[in-house]
Amino acid sequence: MDILGKLTLQSIPYDNPILMFAGAIMIGTAIAVLAGVTYFGKWKYLYTEWLTTVDHKKIGVMYLIIAFIFLLRGFIDALMMRAQQAFASGGSEGYLPPHHFAELFTGHGTMMIFFMGMPFLIGLMNIAVPTQIGARDVAFPYLNAVSLWLTASAGMLVMASLIIGSFSDAGWTGYAPYSGISANPGVGVDYWIWALQISGIGTTITGINFFVTIMRERAPGMKFMRMPLFTWTTLCTNILMVLAFPALTVVLALLTFDRYLGMHFFTSDGGGNQMMFINMFWVWGHPEVYILILPAFGVFSEVAATFSNKRLFGYVSMVGATMVIALLSFTVWVHHFFTMAQDPLRNSIFAIATMVIGVPTGVKIYDWIFTMYRGRVRFNLPMLWLIGFIITFTIGGMTGVMLAIPGIDFKMHNSEFLVAHFHNVLIPGMLFGLFAGYHYWFPKAFGFRLDEKWGRRSFWGWLIGFYVAFMPLYVLGLMGMPRRMVSYADPAWQPFLIVAAFGALIVLFGVVSMAIQLIVSVRNREQLRDITGDPWNGRTLDWATSSPPAHYNFAVIPTVEDIDAFTDMKERGVAYRRPDKYEDIEMPRSTPAALVIGALSFFLGFALIWHIWWLAAVTGVGIIVTVIVRGCNDNTWYTIPAEEVERTENEWFRQLEKAGVV
Amino acid sequence: MSHAAEGASVHTASSPNTMVNFGFWVYLMSDVIIFSMLFTMFVTVQSHYNGGPQGHQIFELRDVFLETMALLFSSITFGLAMLNLHAEKKNGVLLWLAITFLFGATFVGLEVREFLNLVHHGAGPDTSAFLSAFFTLVGTHGTHVTFGLIWIAVMFGQVAVKGISPKVGSRLFRLSLFWHFLDIVWIVVFSTVYLAGVVQ
Repeated sequence: MDILGKLTLQSIPYDNPILMFAGAIMIGTAIAVLAGVTYFGKWKYLYTEWLTTVDHKKIGVMYLIIAFIFLLRGFIDALMMRAQQAFASGGSEGYLPPHHFAELFTGHGTMMIFFMGMPFLIGLMNIAVPTQIGARDVAFPYLNAVSLWLTASAGMLVMASLIIGSFSDAGWTGYAPYSGISANPGVGVDYWIWALQISGIGTTITGINFFVTIMRERAPGMKFMRMPLFTWTTLCTNILMVLAFPALTVVLALLTFDRYLGMHFFTSDGGGNQMMFINMFWVWGHPEVYILILPAFGVFSEVAATFSNKRLFGYVSMVGATMVIALLSFTVWVHHFFTMAQDPLRNSIFAIATMVIGVPTGVKIYDWIFTMYRGRVRFNLPMLWLIGFIITFTIGGMTGVMLAIPGIDFKMHNSEFLVAHFHNVLIPGMLFGLFAGYHYWFPKAFGFRLDEKWGRRSFWGWLIGFYVAFMPLYVLGLMGMPRRMVSYADPAWQPFLIVAAFGALIVLFGVVSMAIQLIVSVRNREQLRDITGDPWNGRTLDWATSSPPAHYNFAVIPTVEDIDAFTDMKERGVAYRRPDKYEDIEMPRSTPAALVIGALSFFLGFALIWHIWWLAAVTGVGIIVTVIVRGCNDNTWYTIPAEEVERTENEWFRQLEKAGVV
Repeated sequence: MSHAAEGASVHTASSPNTMVNFGFWVYLMSDVIIFSMLFTMFVTVQSHYNGGPQGHQIFELRDVFLETMALLFSSITFGLAMLNLHAEKKNGVLLWLAITFLFGATFVGLEVREFLNLVHHGAGPDTSAFLSAFFTLVGTHGTHVTFGLIWIAVMFGQVAVKGISPKVGSRLFRLSLFWHFLDIVWIVVFSTVYLAGVVQ
């Protein structure tokens, strides 16, 4: 048996200059970061304050870093695809070989969903939810860190596939039997499987964690119907995570058994049933759409109320709509494969369920609009993203209702129309919401606001770029262009694809502006400083803390008497009230266990991908041992003495006094 | 709820109401989804024999009966361990944990023997979709039991070294939830896979 399994020097794609260039940039960046940390002598700081932390605020920031790295990578993939299709017309083959193009659309979808969208929304949850409900941390801080490092190690596997072997070319959905071993014997699908499996387990743990946090850690007085909307949507999202992600775990495991042990779940021979792959995948996959989009809806609700200086319109209907969407999300999965020979009755049932789900979504849209109506609207960056979302998302929703009609879907499925549709819901619905949340909570996480000028440029780049890039795809779909084509014969398609590529360049302007915005904001952080912890005249408890909040968030756990708890406190004049006496606070200790589990998971995944069985055994046992050792530890909490709490609070109150708030 | 206050005594620590125990319930619900997906898969392909053996040709009900008895008795003995925990009798907890472990190990041993027999007689998991689903469903349960055994061993060590503390009691409570949960899953496996397979 070879000690390195299937791994040889030939596994590195020397012959592909694009991949080698990308790999060089990736490794160069990594080396630069490591060298920078060493040069500034920050290893100890990095290790004690970040890598081993269980503080939800820092974990949230690290999730955001993962999300932005993969946003860049996924976006570069998109640019390359647009460039390919702009050129590869009428006999020209473009500059990408078919296999590489297939890896690009697979990687783009996989990364944008699992390593951009999921870390982004979980990052925002980490930053905002514990403070919104008046808690000091999540229910299980150590498991929170485990989730983070599992996500990070899965992301590292995707990165490794760039230069060691190759990534899957089976599409982000990995339909069997094409993802099976007979059609796809390389390591690409295995990279896809293990990256999703590891990050999926991390997400399930996150789901349990935040569900319990919201159920059990709310401040006194915060009844269910007083929870902020972002907390509500987070709750629904986490219920979906707990119930849906195990289905992904199972379907990936069964595909793994097919590939590794010669089993016959989804194979063409041996009695396998490929429809079961598709069914089980979308039993997870459709709720996943709402896992991605509900937190963004929560952000928009916070933003609409805050920047209209007004209570959210229709709080009860908004909560109800969120719950209904969460429930219905389990009843529509068949609409992802209307064409796969169900009887008409079954298709009709799922078509109607799909159209029904548009109703609560419409309720939300009206609630946001009515929240703005007669409000004193401030057009800060989060508000811009909200308005861009409402208009753009409505278009995407309507094309979704078109696709929900099986008769239309028979014509439009697998076409560019579908590609345009789901980008038209996910980009405004998910990404704009996450960007709104990023601008909204950035001052909370870092203590200074983001630059408005570059923020506006970035917004217009994304918004205009989106329309220019995706509206032509609707037309192309109606003209009959299938999705995922590396080249095409019909020259009539080319002008539209050139326009779409131009649109992608406008989005690039938005992406670059966002990077510049970050740099400019860091440089001007003194002018942009958030002294009070309440830069937007916020309405919920997250704005009642300093920015960034003290390690323990709240020296005294607040008592909630209203939906807009903080606004209510400000109006009654009881905000920023100091207790007679500070008390000791118990907080969870930092631990390297989560980091170790994450690192071992990376090597376990790598070993399984490359069939390096001894390494898989060592790392597998290592993970179990780490879990046991940590599980036997009775000393996982420590006490912050009252004097230290008082010192920290005094510091903040001096700032508040200087700002004239108290 | 204060974390320090959690588990002020063995009794409060092993009430289902503490936050950790609630979280563990939620985890078990996610495990229910895992098993229900596997059951769905099994039921879908249970007649896809691919020319290989059928259920009634390979299932040895006598062994399955022994497995079932071993697992059911292990649930009773775990219950006795928990009673001893509440009575704060350390040696009683250790004794019944050890007996539970033996029953559990018997179960896993019988299952491994069954699997090896099947593979030996050319009825391995790569024979047909039916056998793939059979090995995966039953094997996933068996893997859970194996992790339960590791957990019992760890808790045996904790009780032996640390004695009966609220934290240890709280962990034992969750282990008991896990163990009884696996019992329930096995009842469904027994009925859906073995009984239905033999009747066919």
